[in-house]
Amino acid sequence: MIEFLSALDQILSIGHLTYLITGVLVGLVVGIIPGLGGIAGMSLLLPFLYGMEPSVGLGMLMGLVAVIPTGDTFTSVLMGIPGSSSSQATVMDGFPLAKKGQAARALSAAFLSSMIGGVVGAIVLSVFILVARPVVLAFSSAELFMLTLLGLSVVAALSGGNLYKGLAACGFGLLVGTIGGAPATGEFRFTLDIDYLYDGIPLVIVGLGIFALPEIVSLLVKDTAIASSKNKLGHGLGQGFKDVFANLPLVGKSSVFGSLIGAIPGLGGSVVDWMTYSFALNSSKDTSQFGKGEIRGVIAPESANNACASGSMIPTILFGVPGSGSAAVFLGGMLLLGIQPGVSMISTHLDLTYTIIWSLAMANILGAIFCICFTRPISLLTYIKFSILTPIILTLILFAAYQATRSLGDFILLGVVASLGILMKGANWPRPAFLIGFVLSSGAENYFFQSIQFYGTSWFSRPGVIIIAALIVIGFVLPPILKKRKEAKLADASDAEKAVAPAEEKQTMSYADLAIVAVFAVCGGYALFDVWDMAKLTRSFPIIAIAIVLFSVVMVIFKSVREKHQMTAAGLTPNLVYIAGFFGIAYGYYLFGFICTTFVFSLVFLRLIAKASYIKSTTIAVCLVIFLVTLGRVMHVDYPEGMFDEYLLNAIRLIV
Amino acid sequence: MKKLSTLLGASLLSFSCLVAAPIQAEETQVPSTINWTIPFGVGGGTDVWARFIAPHLTKNLEGNPTVVIKNQPGGGSITGTNLFYKRAKDNGQDILGTSASTLFPFMLGDKRVRYNFDKWLPLMASPTGGVVYVQPNLGVKSAADINKLDGVTLPFGSQGPTRLELPVLIAFEMLGLDVKPVFGMKSRGAGRLAFERGEAKIDFQTSSAYLNSVVDLVNNDKAVPLFSLGVLNKEGKVVRDPAFPDLPTFQEVYFEKYGKQPSGEAYEAYSKFLAAGFAFQKVIFIPADTPSDVIAAYRKGINAMLKDPTFIKESAVQVGPYVNVEGIDAAQHLSNALNISPDLYKWVAQWLKTKFDYTL
Repeated sequence: MIEFLSALDQILSIGHLTYLITGVLVGLVVGIIPGLGGIAGMSLLLPFLYGMEPSVGLGMLMGLVAVIPTGDTFTSVLMGIPGSSSSQATVMDGFPLAKKGQAARALSAAFLSSMIGGVVGAIVLSVFILVARPVVLAFSSAELFMLTLLGLSVVAALSGGNLYKGLAACGFGLLVGTIGGAPATGEFRFTLDIDYLYDGIPLVIVGLGIFALPEIVSLLVKDTAIASSKNKLGHGLGQGFKDVFANLPLVGKSSVFGSLIGAIPGLGGSVVDWMTYSFALNSSKDTSQFGKGEIRGVIAPESANNACASGSMIPTILFGVPGSGSAAVFLGGMLLLGIQPGVSMISTHLDLTYTIIWSLAMANILGAIFCICFTRPISLLTYIKFSILTPIILTLILFAAYQATRSLGDFILLGVVASLGILMKGANWPRPAFLIGFVLSSGAENYFFQSIQFYGTSWFSRPGVIIIAALIVIGFVLPPILKKRKEAKLADASDAEKAVAPAEEKQTMSYADLAIVAVFAVCGGYALFDVWDMAKLTRSFPIIAIAIVLFSVVMVIFKSVREKHQMTAAGLTPNLVYIAGFFGIAYGYYLFGFICTTFVFSLVFLRLIAKASYIKSTTIAVCLVIFLVTLGRVMHVDYPEGMFDEYLLNAIRLIV
Repeated sequence: MKKLSTLLGASLLSFSCLVAAPIQAEETQVPSTINWTIPFGVGGGTDVWARFIAPHLTKNLEGNPTVVIKNQPGGGSITGTNLFYKRAKDNGQDILGTSASTLFPFMLGDKRVRYNFDKWLPLMASPTGGVVYVQPNLGVKSAADINKLDGVTLPFGSQGPTRLELPVLIAFEMLGLDVKPVFGMKSRGAGRLAFERGEAKIDFQTSSAYLNSVVDLVNNDKAVPLFSLGVLNKEGKVVRDPAFPDLPTFQEVYFEKYGKQPSGEAYEAYSKFLAAGFAFQKVIFIPADTPSDVIAAYRKGINAMLKDPTFIKESAVQVGPYVNVEGIDAAQHLSNALNISPDLYKWVAQWLKTKFDYTL
């Protein structure tokens, strides 16, 4: 108890607060710029970190790590670009809200829920950390496997009424996730002898390709502002707060759930947002607005992801095993400060642990307040004609993608995934199902084989496994029952019909559907052929994924043959033209140099296609260059140098 | 072909060191900014090691250059190392930090490897050690009771057959232990968690991880240390690890059990991978075409750094009480380790195939 209060006293000192705020500001900037994540922020802070007083250094680090899931909401909501893996679910409803002109509402609700989530996470952490060791150890590979199944079961809720499409997408995600080294043997699968694929496909690329680019392309085709309808809710800030207070139970549940999932090492925070999203979906009376701008779809994942960041400190501090990417960054910082994680953190260094927890709570509060201050001016961006924003957004996306592995492969793969994303968006296939399959693929495979090898067949009788299995069953059985009861309660029959509206869409079939079915079937067939001769442990899991894909594809075809349907044009030709253009431009960024191409492309695009004035075009292009150069210098970020960048940078160095 | 080039590379490496070393320094500057490529992510072992050394390098190198650490992760360090091989400038501005997972794929002829150590000189190498320990409920109190483990299946959480655990897996086999590796652990830390859960019955950690996380377990009777991997002395002989002077080395345990010194192809493979993975776990390389006076300036700086009492003190805390190897010693031992004869390569490939169904 004394440690608890003395730690509070310590972090409220001026020196500590100053560093904490520095950490928070860096964390916000890093969170706002998509693709950077905690690692870039660390590289900025590290030079100061070395030799720092541990408690002060920890505060600064915590400030950085805690607010990344707060800051990344900006691009998720405003531009449909998931700022980091923890805010992918936010895009689902945040971006449609922005399109409705309610960006400020979505953002303020998101920030307030982030703040509450973070603080709840800190409270859970402060109590739980003292007893967490046995609990964390109780989660063996068998329980972790069941948790990945729990994550996968979310797909059913997110399939929007067409289970087979959802299953096919999820199975394809699982299959794509198996590219690279097989965890059980170390052998490589589906690499096509391309170096890039040996590591597997980076999550950033999949997130950007499947969500961000398709949205941007379709906005470009429409060429209006992001907010296509005028906002009727004033600036919306107050409305966002009201939304959060109206949904406090959801915020509370999501936060606690998020921090507990974060506390289990090995699962990572990348699915917790989807799990809470589906939780919000299942527990809502009216589900018709989900995916079209439902504020509960923003509140749930945003509460969970900050809480998850707090929870992931438990395995980091107690076991030195990071629970997420940013926790890994934090761990590296701890080691540099000369602090060793382990049991000593709750025996001899309890004061440091409480410093971490207080800093965590403080950082979440400060981060949310800073963000809320900026919400109004920044959300005005959504009223600008989209073609003006295009060069900026495209540069940001390419920048984010390039940070994944810093090779041309990032751009190519982004284009490929985006093509799939456009088809899936056009034909109304559930994109989150694909993403969830992809994210959970390696965990599911790895923990399955590990539990079999450690426990043989007896793993299924472990109590933890049975409990989670029961949870999964409840997740399947309960929502339909609740829904039926609700429908029975609703006297108005037309409302009930609205809830099952997607049923109508099933009857149309477009060329995009055919294309997706063909892609899935061909890839599945090829994968089967490729993996057939490999070692048993290498091929088993991909074959399961292939079976899911092929079975679901057959069912989709079977259904469309049996049911009457209308053949419609996909109307995606202009979108695909833009994607072809994307490949060209992305290659230009690589070939000629990132910064030069940013400048030339922005100028030409703004002047000729967006028809902006010379002054406006030049200003935007110059600002982008300044932004990139500054980022490169301050955070040591690398860009593709291409042919001309070296000369440009040398020239700039001469002037500045 | 790969094996041949390995051989050639290693011999060229040692040769070029002998040629390059004696040339004396003139007053040539190390560039004012040094880009230190680390082919791993931020916060990983090699990154932390580099960030610990960087300020000391700045302090001890002539002109106190800024050392910028460039992380280039991917392919378990192959990607970043390939890029360095292709692009590094040879004016002293670019240096590279590697780890076991950079050397192993090279030795095993991984087809993604495009680098070759003939173009680089090692400036310094940081060794580490490692300790093998088991669950206390097996009735084993120390390595002397190792016969009690005969016939007991020992699950072991491992990252993969060709990862850092490779020499340890060979050691297990030589000792006749029935170790059943469960692959796919995300890190050695994850393997330790499996041990703490009781899933794994045997585990192994490098020195710093052992000191930080396992000593506590040992003191609370939750783990029993068996043996250390030992360290190489100046003559290239294995001696007891200074961090664990009470623990016998693998060689001692082997002698105890079989009454003879370990030998044969398995032991040769063990020794090579042990040297590359532990004795030279972290190496700083510089392109060999760098002007010899610049290299001499680097050597002088590193020599001064290794003698600097603050460095020695902090280094003992960060990586353990090990003596860093520098200059010609580093080049000599390293080229010995990397030099895998075609026969030995065949043995390793065969062993991986029969034991783990892993195709090189």
